[in-house]
Amino acid sequence: MRIEEHPILDFKRGKILNFTFNGEKLTGYEGESIAAALHAAGVKVLGESLNLHRPRGFYCAIGNCSSCLMVVNGVPNVKTCVTELKEGMVVQTQRGKGVLK
Amino acid sequence: MFEQTGIPERDMIIEKFPPVERIDRGPVAIVECYKRIPCNPCETACRFNAIRVGEDINNIPVTDHEACTGCKVCISKCPGLAIMAVDGSKSKETVEISLPYEFLPLPQKGDQVSALDRAGNFVARVRVVSVLNPKSFDRTPVITIEADRKHMYDIRNIRTEEH
Amino acid sequence: MKTTELLVIGGGPAGLCAALSAAESGASVTVVERNNRLGGQLIKQTHMFFGSREQYASTRGIDIAKILEAELIKYSRQIEVLTDTAVLGLYEDGVVNALYKEEDYFKIKPKAIVAATGAYEKSLAFPNNDLPGIYGAGAVQTLMNVYGVKPGNNVLMVGAGNIGLIVSYQLMQAGVRVAAILDAAPKIGGYLVHASKIARMGVPILCSHTVKEAIGKDCLEKAVICMVDERFSPIPGTEKELEVDVMCISVGLTPLCELLAMRGCEMKYVPQLSGSVPVRNERYETTIENLFVAGDASGIEEASSAMVEGRLAGLCAAAKMGYKPADFDERFKGYAAQLKALRSGPVGEHILRGIEQIVSKEDRHV
Repeated sequence: MRIEEHPILDFKRGKILNFTFNGEKLTGYEGESIAAALHAAGVKVLGESLNLHRPRGFYCAIGNCSSCLMVVNGVPNVKTCVTELKEGMVVQTQRGKGVLK
Repeated sequence: MFEQTGIPERDMIIEKFPPVERIDRGPVAIVECYKRIPCNPCETACRFNAIRVGEDINNIPVTDHEACTGCKVCISKCPGLAIMAVDGSKSKETVEISLPYEFLPLPQKGDQVSALDRAGNFVARVRVVSVLNPKSFDRTPVITIEADRKHMYDIRNIRTEEH
Repeated sequence: MKTTELLVIGGGPAGLCAALSAAESGASVTVVERNNRLGGQLIKQTHMFFGSREQYASTRGIDIAKILEAELIKYSRQIEVLTDTAVLGLYEDGVVNALYKEEDYFKIKPKAIVAATGAYEKSLAFPNNDLPGIYGAGAVQTLMNVYGVKPGNNVLMVGAGNIGLIVSYQLMQAGVRVAAILDAAPKIGGYLVHASKIARMGVPILCSHTVKEAIGKDCLEKAVICMVDERFSPIPGTEKELEVDVMCISVGLTPLCELLAMRGCEMKYVPQLSGSVPVRNERYETTIENLFVAGDASGIEEASSAMVEGRLAGLCAAAKMGYKPADFDERFKGYAAQLKALRSGPVGEHILRGIEQIVSKEDRHV
């Protein structure tokens, strides 16, 4: 799902980062958002709706719409479309509203 | 229909072309800008004052086909990729058509490619005679193909994969 | 508490131009941007801009962002940039509340503010419009052009305005198939030069069409489209199924100006400007004194106009704080003339009818 060659852009990808999504080991690149790394790995379903539990993906990709909220390193309601991927991140699907500790 | 499909009608296209007699004298730009939009880089890019937009940048550009030298700089500068060039000076049977092409893979000189019309339909297999892609064209290469004269008003795009 | 002369909220085309223009007049400026880099939506715009030389016409948006950033460096003594910083609130005592990296809250007290907060993408109502695989067209542009990730294999674009047309073209440049572009309107809304670029790639543009329904279990698998009549009602029997794994919604933007509404600026719903926008004077000052607005937050337009509006708002905000350069009138008239030129076409006429409704000749500070 990654663009290797582009007529206008030259993608200078950062170093490879390891992270997990619901326990599954995945990799992404330094400098990209969590949602972009997940999408590149074929993960489109990021969460579910609160009441009807319908699947949710990102919608705006610039931090406006909250459709991409996930649990990251135990913290709920992280906007994964604008949060940079870091080495060793533990990314999980969020069920419900999340709890503040 | 143009405003529903983005495909200009044949009479609109022909109106933008210079007389065949001019085309036969050498390369000339054809500015397929049909509707008023605020834009004038074609005018700024032309060193020969051959494209004029004027004070109101929404004006539809007017091409002075006599002043145009067919240098093709404007083809790469038009943000709407609305400019092409034709050259009928090389032979009586064929015409060279120059088009902007911002896709990969970029064809090479001598390649056979598919020529497409303004609706993306296949017209003919044609040969690439030159690929201009200097830094000043800023990633908008200009591909020149050689085509049968009967397709002069039809061809507006190319496709590189085997047809 | 942090203090500054001019606070610019938003580091997109309007905000950066506002900061540069105010700095040129002599003011000190702090730019806050919630993203981790400047440029706003310019950073994903691989296409060449329209307009004329003053608005960097024929230059690609991605490169305009670089030009503006380079200009910022020239004023590095006057302009401070805070990225990863979101403004959360504007308060009556003039204090601004901001959040750095979603963790550290801090306060800023500026003498004046330019809000250049931009816009957000509208959605469209149809059954299953919440399925993953259905994205804003701008979102797909970000995914492709910022991160180099394809959204999927086969796309249905909903909306034939400039964004829909441009993103369709850029999808093809990224090697993604575009099945069709739909628009409920009877005519293409975007520039026809963009439409022609798509048409000659063999992608059909279907006016008077809409999405009836999306189908899929966990992700989008199919879209049902149909024709609509003059009153935008679906015409029974015209349904068609398209096998697509991505649908891009490009049905327009709406101004992102909640901060201004929250602060108590008089707001007005203006359809021509695509939403609720602040009432302002000719110097881009809202009904709250020393609070200025520029760019899409003051009405949806092209980025070219947003940049000129930013220059104007920055010039006027600096002047209000006492930095009125000798050539103020000349600069003001110059920018106003650029805007007039950008707005004198058919699309511009529509915008001007909107602007008439929000610009008051007198100051109406509350």
